[in-house]
Amino acid sequence: MRHRSLLILTTVLTTGALTLTACGSRDDSKKSSSGDTQTVVIGVDAPITGDLSALGLGIKNSAELAVKTANKDKTVPGIKFEVKPLDDQAQPSVGQQNAQKFIDDDTVLGVVGPLNSGVSQSMQKPLNDASLTQVSPANTGTELTQGENWKTGDKKRPYKTYFRTATTDQIQGAFAAKYLFNDAKIKQVYLIDDQKPYGAGLAASFKATFTTLGGKIVGTDHVNPDDRDFNAVVTKVKKSGAKAVYYGGEYPAGAPLSQQLKDSVQIPLMGGDGMYSADFIKLNKKAQGDIATSVGKPVEELDSAKKFIADYKTAGYKDAYEAYGGGTYDATWAIIEAVKLAVADNNGKLPDDARAKVLDAMSKVKFDGVTGPVSFDEYGDTTNTMMTAYQVDGGKWTSKLSEVYKP
Amino acid sequence: MNELPQQLANGLILGAMYGLIAIGYTMVYGIIQLINFAHGEIFMIGGFGALTVYLWMPAGVSLLAIIPLMIIGGVICSVAVSTAAERFAYRPLRGAPRLAPLITAIGLSLALQQAIWKWYPDAKKDRSFPQFKGEAIDIFGAHIQRGDLFVLITAPICMLALGLFVSKTRSGRGMQATSQDPDTAKLMGINTDRIIVMAFAIGAAFAAVAAVAYGLKNGQIGFKMGFIMGLKAFTAAVLGGIGNIYGAMLGGVVLGIAESLATGYMSNVPGMELFGGGAWKDVWAFVLLIIVLLLRPQGLLGERVADRA
Repeated sequence: MRHRSLLILTTVLTTGALTLTACGSRDDSKKSSSGDTQTVVIGVDAPITGDLSALGLGIKNSAELAVKTANKDKTVPGIKFEVKPLDDQAQPSVGQQNAQKFIDDDTVLGVVGPLNSGVSQSMQKPLNDASLTQVSPANTGTELTQGENWKTGDKKRPYKTYFRTATTDQIQGAFAAKYLFNDAKIKQVYLIDDQKPYGAGLAASFKATFTTLGGKIVGTDHVNPDDRDFNAVVTKVKKSGAKAVYYGGEYPAGAPLSQQLKDSVQIPLMGGDGMYSADFIKLNKKAQGDIATSVGKPVEELDSAKKFIADYKTAGYKDAYEAYGGGTYDATWAIIEAVKLAVADNNGKLPDDARAKVLDAMSKVKFDGVTGPVSFDEYGDTTNTMMTAYQVDGGKWTSKLSEVYKP
Repeated sequence: MNELPQQLANGLILGAMYGLIAIGYTMVYGIIQLINFAHGEIFMIGGFGALTVYLWMPAGVSLLAIIPLMIIGGVICSVAVSTAAERFAYRPLRGAPRLAPLITAIGLSLALQQAIWKWYPDAKKDRSFPQFKGEAIDIFGAHIQRGDLFVLITAPICMLALGLFVSKTRSGRGMQATSQDPDTAKLMGINTDRIIVMAFAIGAAFAAVAAVAYGLKNGQIGFKMGFIMGLKAFTAAVLGGIGNIYGAMLGGVVLGIAESLATGYMSNVPGMELFGGGAWKDVWAFVLLIIVLLLRPQGLLGERVADRA
């Protein structure tokens, strides 16, 4: 894909240069009219095109919905919110350029996103240097908040600007292992991952808990997420006598993997929130029985989410809110709440060092969101560790078990 | 259970698909010494052409009845794009240094990918492709899916037809003559421009058949699929001896089986546990390519020819 990204790079650079000049002139006009309402922009970074666009569009729409609601209800008097969505195509290099664009736009006071842990790794540092708050609704990579050495117990928060409403791979993988072992009663598992930060991290934490519980990993393999033919791996799985396959990865490769698996042996594929998408079932004619875990309770079952679902429907978005809709709404709302606190501290006006003040306010943010109570711990992780296991039944994901995970 | 027959079958199916695409690289190279890097995208467009035909069909018609129409639709799209590319992108550069058409081919590949991405409905992510229903069939201890039978049947038929065409018909012999020496062929009254268009068209048609096979096998197609498959097919063409049509198919099958066996067995070799499995299969496939090229630089079936320049 090297030459495609070259093209994208040139386009991004030219459009970037063009928008930068445009931004400059717009800022001037805004400052002169700053008498009554001030504009705060919330950047949204997600894969709006490409393989993962089903999840990405859900993120973009849900963030827009949160901003619309805040404007309508006048949540922060005197402040008008806007969304600035940028497409990262699930590529770390593009994500980094987007981060720079957010930083260069003075009106941006917070960034929602991205979807991929790998992209986040490239965005964290520039945003941190600019004291620009970032809240991801979907990143589950444990090292993003707890540092490279979290496995050895040496937890250290690498970036003070990074927060998330999603739980970590560590919790998700452990929950998946517990569900498979205790509830689905499957003791022999074949482990496959796609070698990306998300997939490998999830597989590792699954393995740790599953073996502690007494389960057996009968084989491991790694695949390339751009491949669509996994028959050679499936043949190995069949020979190993595994009763299920745990896949650390996302649905574009997960769907054909599951289908080819079912073609030769009737055992379920289990994955994390990267597989929990309606597109997984659309691309996979043999998804019946497959299992996925996702963060939070299913929004359909939450009282707090009823309004979100109704509003989303009324707004008439073409694409579903997908796995991260509720989390995105809460992530966006957390930034809105932080802006509210910063403005309240400054006599109803935006402070001059608005980015730093919003960042300070983030640790004080506490509200009841779509997915439940929202607040952040000392690492920037959500304090809500509710997890749910889903299973494909009759062409759709149905929730099987929700519980607050305690290690 | 012995998994060897299954792994060989997996490799054979994958390799037959590589071989069908590799034909396009090898024919074009054999005649005008151009590595047509846009060929992977021709393959991808064949898949979208076939999908379009499928979407036009009324619901309830059996897939078996639609398949021939899907192949025709895919072939028409691929051939149209491929011959247009020849006419408007490559022919004006016929006399230019060899790097110029090569760069043009890379540019064309990008343009075609982006065009499908932009204008084909919903092609910004993978689109699902119809598949045969029904249980797998067991042959010689290997489990073969219904959809995979398609490539196992069409690939030999296509090869046989191409072999007969090249050796028996007038145009086919003209093609051989042009590849041996275009100037003399022209003097002997062969319309070399027509022969070149024909080489592009045949390659594109084979790629379209491969694309239908790919869709039936994996249940999805996407605008990016031509890149990896094209690269693998090009490798297969080089492995088999670029310029030789049977070499392309042989190279494809060898490559497919090598990938499959590397995934299945490399991790069982003592000391190689870390270098086995699906993630390393491409590495082993290319190690094989390097070994073959070291021992036989002309490829498995290639002939040693003096460089014309």
